[in-house]
Amino acid sequence: MSPSSTEARRRSPLRRLLADPQAVLSASLLVLVVLLGLLTPLLTDHGPNQVNLDAINAGVGEHGYLLGGDKSGRDIFARLLHSIDTSVVSALIGTSIALAIGITSGLVGGYFGRRTRAVTEWVFNLVMTFPGLLLLIILMPVTKGDYKATMVVFGVLLSPGIYRLVRNLVLGVKNELYVDAARVSGLPDRRILRRHVFTVVRGPVIIATAFLAGSSIAVQSGLAFLGVGSSTVPSFGAMISEGFTNLYEEPQQFLWPSLALGIITASLVLLGNALRDALEGGRPKPSRIVTATSYRPSATEVPSVAGLLTVEDLAIAYPTPTGELKEVVSGVTLSVAAGETLGLVGESGSGKTQTAFAALGVLPPEAVVTRGSIRLDGRELLGLSERELRAVRGTSIAYVPQEPMSNLDPSCTVGAQLVEGVRAATPMSGREARERVLALLARVGIPDPERTFRSYPHQISGGMAQRVLIAGAVAGRPLLLIADEPTTALDVTVQAEILDLLRDLQKDLNMAVLLVTHNFGVVADICGRVAVMREGTVVETGTTDDLFAAPRHPYTRKLLDSILDETALRTDPPTASAGALETETR
Amino acid sequence: MTTLLEVSELRVTYPGRGFRARPHEVLHGVSLAVGQGETLGVVGESGSGKTTIGRSVLGLVPPSGGTVRFQGNDITHAGRKERRALARDIQVVFQDPYSSLNPALTIGDILSEPLVVQGAAAGEARNRVAELLDQVGLPKDASQRLPREFSGGQRQRVAIARALAPAPRLVVCDEPVSALDLTTQARVLDLLVDIQRRTGVAYLFISHDLAVIRHVSHRVSVIHRGDIVETGPAGEITTAPEHPYTQRLLLAAPVADPAEQRRRRSARQRL
Amino acid sequence: MTVYVLRRLTAGLVLAVLVTMITFLLLSTTFDDVASSVLGNGATPQQVTAQKALMGLDRPVAIQYSDWLTHAVRGDLGASYFTSEPVRSALTARLGVTLSIVVVALLATSVISVALGVAAAARGGAVDRIAQGVAMVGYLVPSLLVAIALVYVLAIELHVFPATGYTDFGESPSRWASSIAIPVVALMMGGVASLTSQIRGAMIGELRKDYVRTLRTRGVPTRSIVLRHALRNAAGPALTVLSLEFIQMLGGALIIEQIFALPGFGQYAFNASLQGDVPIIMGISLFGVLLVVVVNLVVDLLNGWLNPKARTVN
Repeated sequence: MSPSSTEARRRSPLRRLLADPQAVLSASLLVLVVLLGLLTPLLTDHGPNQVNLDAINAGVGEHGYLLGGDKSGRDIFARLLHSIDTSVVSALIGTSIALAIGITSGLVGGYFGRRTRAVTEWVFNLVMTFPGLLLLIILMPVTKGDYKATMVVFGVLLSPGIYRLVRNLVLGVKNELYVDAARVSGLPDRRILRRHVFTVVRGPVIIATAFLAGSSIAVQSGLAFLGVGSSTVPSFGAMISEGFTNLYEEPQQFLWPSLALGIITASLVLLGNALRDALEGGRPKPSRIVTATSYRPSATEVPSVAGLLTVEDLAIAYPTPTGELKEVVSGVTLSVAAGETLGLVGESGSGKTQTAFAALGVLPPEAVVTRGSIRLDGRELLGLSERELRAVRGTSIAYVPQEPMSNLDPSCTVGAQLVEGVRAATPMSGREARERVLALLARVGIPDPERTFRSYPHQISGGMAQRVLIAGAVAGRPLLLIADEPTTALDVTVQAEILDLLRDLQKDLNMAVLLVTHNFGVVADICGRVAVMREGTVVETGTTDDLFAAPRHPYTRKLLDSILDETALRTDPPTASAGALETETR
Repeated sequence: MTTLLEVSELRVTYPGRGFRARPHEVLHGVSLAVGQGETLGVVGESGSGKTTIGRSVLGLVPPSGGTVRFQGNDITHAGRKERRALARDIQVVFQDPYSSLNPALTIGDILSEPLVVQGAAAGEARNRVAELLDQVGLPKDASQRLPREFSGGQRQRVAIARALAPAPRLVVCDEPVSALDLTTQARVLDLLVDIQRRTGVAYLFISHDLAVIRHVSHRVSVIHRGDIVETGPAGEITTAPEHPYTQRLLLAAPVADPAEQRRRRSARQRL
Repeated sequence: MTVYVLRRLTAGLVLAVLVTMITFLLLSTTFDDVASSVLGNGATPQQVTAQKALMGLDRPVAIQYSDWLTHAVRGDLGASYFTSEPVRSALTARLGVTLSIVVVALLATSVISVALGVAAAARGGAVDRIAQGVAMVGYLVPSLLVAIALVYVLAIELHVFPATGYTDFGESPSRWASSIAIPVVALMMGGVASLTSQIRGAMIGELRKDYVRTLRTRGVPTRSIVLRHALRNAAGPALTVLSLEFIQMLGGALIIEQIFALPGFGQYAFNASLQGDVPIIMGISLFGVLLVVVVNLVVDLLNGWLNPKARTVN
């Protein structure tokens, strides 16, 4: 490991942080406040409780009081500076207790077995059940109102949050295969925790620390405002409370401590957010699920390819972090005739799924269609509004996805989801729709349609779920079915059944099918024609028989050569000599 | 050929999920053996328990019955210390090349970690890392870089290099090429076979894909719902299986030849 | 279902016993002070010891606690050391005030957060910036300061609402509403901030999921996708945040009641605690736990209704 590379890795979040004005501003404010607190003896000779009866409600600068005096004749400026100390100490006690308890038990509860976790879980649930502030007040007789003791209790009350954070992170990491690999490599638990687990936990804990400090200070002030604790301890809360009673006569007595408290807590929150951005990357932005593509092709253009679905010179681009557009599909032309099955094959990243999504009008909102045309039965689809597209979907064009489970709403019964789709495509009564869905479920080979109708997605198998999705897609007797890797997530035996079903339905309904796949076996099984995609373009199109027999494009040949078929049977015997092992690798 | 790994009557039970759920047995007495320098392919569908076999050999899952023997020693319930010693001899390559490498560590750190733990000096480890990178066909400067800078196929090469680091006698390969593209898949499989020829390492090779299994295995075991239904030479099992389940499995896998696939389909539909 | 509820309630009772036991144990360290403050200033140590014996505070803690517990089970929470007012009736009278502001604040928080969070996630743009702005203000400004600012502007300067005091709902619903308006707003700030960001984040995640795309390809209207499907799935984690928010608000109500001079739980607890009035403190800790237990149960039941997976596990 070279030291320079380690440094570069560690520095990059810090550098990002330094480039963020929010982080720089809030951090400098905090540093300034802490410095003021540390330098208090140099900045003022007045003690926080030193009374000058002449200076009661004194104005700014009078009697040597920089910000005036309060209603007891104490120096507001000196009290503010001393209050910083109280706040900083509160934050230190509260956060360090919460972190010490939370991190230790989070690591233990997350990394070690269920039984340990059951214990930690129970204890922290108990702590979490009780309203913190109420407990702090109830325990006043015990803590004697001493703010340090109170903050210790508050730290304990804050610890469940940290515990849960750390526990969840650790549980997540524990399931990562690299931790398994480390265990197989013989790393002791201590080392795994330190090297693989703690690095993951570090970032979120730093972020949480900023928020913990903020709430410690806020709670300390709140309690002091209520009058908990000794009146001789200077604190923003106590000052605000005194200023509050004097609000009408001398509003600035209230203003100064409020301002100081506001600046400190706001800086901590802002710093926490900036840390989150720097350490965890930007927060997710909302994306309108519906965005009309800005591109509108000229209507007069006569299509040069004929068919039910014609895609011409389609280009799709995504914005890069630098703001430029990067094309993922660059000039795809293909057509699907009514009733035929076209296989769209290619490796990951070739743009085949993007092309399919564009035809369905469901590209992610960041995607930009830069040129081209997509026509269904002669009608241009690009540039249609969501409302217009909705009329086309389900009845003219339908979709079968790759992952059956993630494509069903987990909290909605199978039947309800299908009924909704059927009624959206063709207006009908609820009862009719239900009958229709039950018939469809039976048609796609589900043994007990009534039962599946009532089931939730997690109660059915992957193969069943895929049948349900196919039922949903063909419900409106579409002219074109777009199936995106419909069997990739399934076992081979289930895959064969699903392919049989698709073939059957296609014949029955006389639909065209655009089948996106990477599997040449699937192509050979079901497709009449094939289009081969590479890096955003179609390199070769032909009938399945021709393409397998005599591929023209070198890329197609390369793909076909990579297929592991019967000829790929291993024939050489095991290398049994241990000697080879010794000389080669040790 | 001497037997390296011997698994007999292995049973594994997972505790039920949720409150008062019943425990659930995923392996019902599985027996298999891997010889020195040999590849035993284990093929099965999802939920068949094939991954669990590998994980219990690695000590990541405690067996509830049966034995696992390595070089004649019973390692069924090996303790932490024993496991650490075994790490020299038994290694693993996982399916997912994305989650099997710690994203925060450089390739160099990932590869040298197991060596350092086994007591190698820093310089020694560095040389070995360079050797390993060369062995799996990655550039030398790879050790300075982070996993995210590599493609799926390259990451899988890193994972293979990590497994080879202590010069093990057995590598458990759990679906090592399933997440890869067709062309990458073939190259990684060739690499594995090539390494085996040169070093004499044995593979317990787990996959759902008969074509992949056929490409690397000397012998094949077929697992179905926690039981091994058939074991035999790769050529026999993958062309003329005896067990009906294996036959179904074979006929269900589509072949990339339209005419042959039509024939298979009708054979399967007759079955 | 009934079995589940019963089991949860039993667990809640066990929890209540535990919490009150711990509270009692901690309070037992202060019994000397309690006795002397009942006697007033200048009591001799002998008098304090005698007073402790009189109040039964010199008995072993375990016996004292089981004594309290057996009475509590029968509904008798004892009487205040100082005013002799029965604790149970005093607490139930004050509970209405606290619950008024907490429950109203909780409901308003849910409505506002759901509306803002969903709109922000589904529309983005200006609505999203507003939602994030609201969340930011709620996080940044301590609710203590918000409360005071509201009193200053709305009550003292503009005379829109009364600054302090409480009118019972039964007496006059409209005056009740205006008497709790500012406290409720002050109490809500933090909750709206965290719940809005929670719902916004969860909705953004939900709307990116595969099933949303599939529903679109079947021609299901956007409105239904957002409200019937995505929101339902996003609501589970939000409910958990809401239950934590309730606990937070119960605590926050203490400060708010003090500022607005509302005769609720908070003030009562505060005064009792200052004096070391053990029966009242014990009553309050019991009421507090029971409230939390009930709210958590309601949240879990709602969660089970929303999330079929959780339902089958239970």
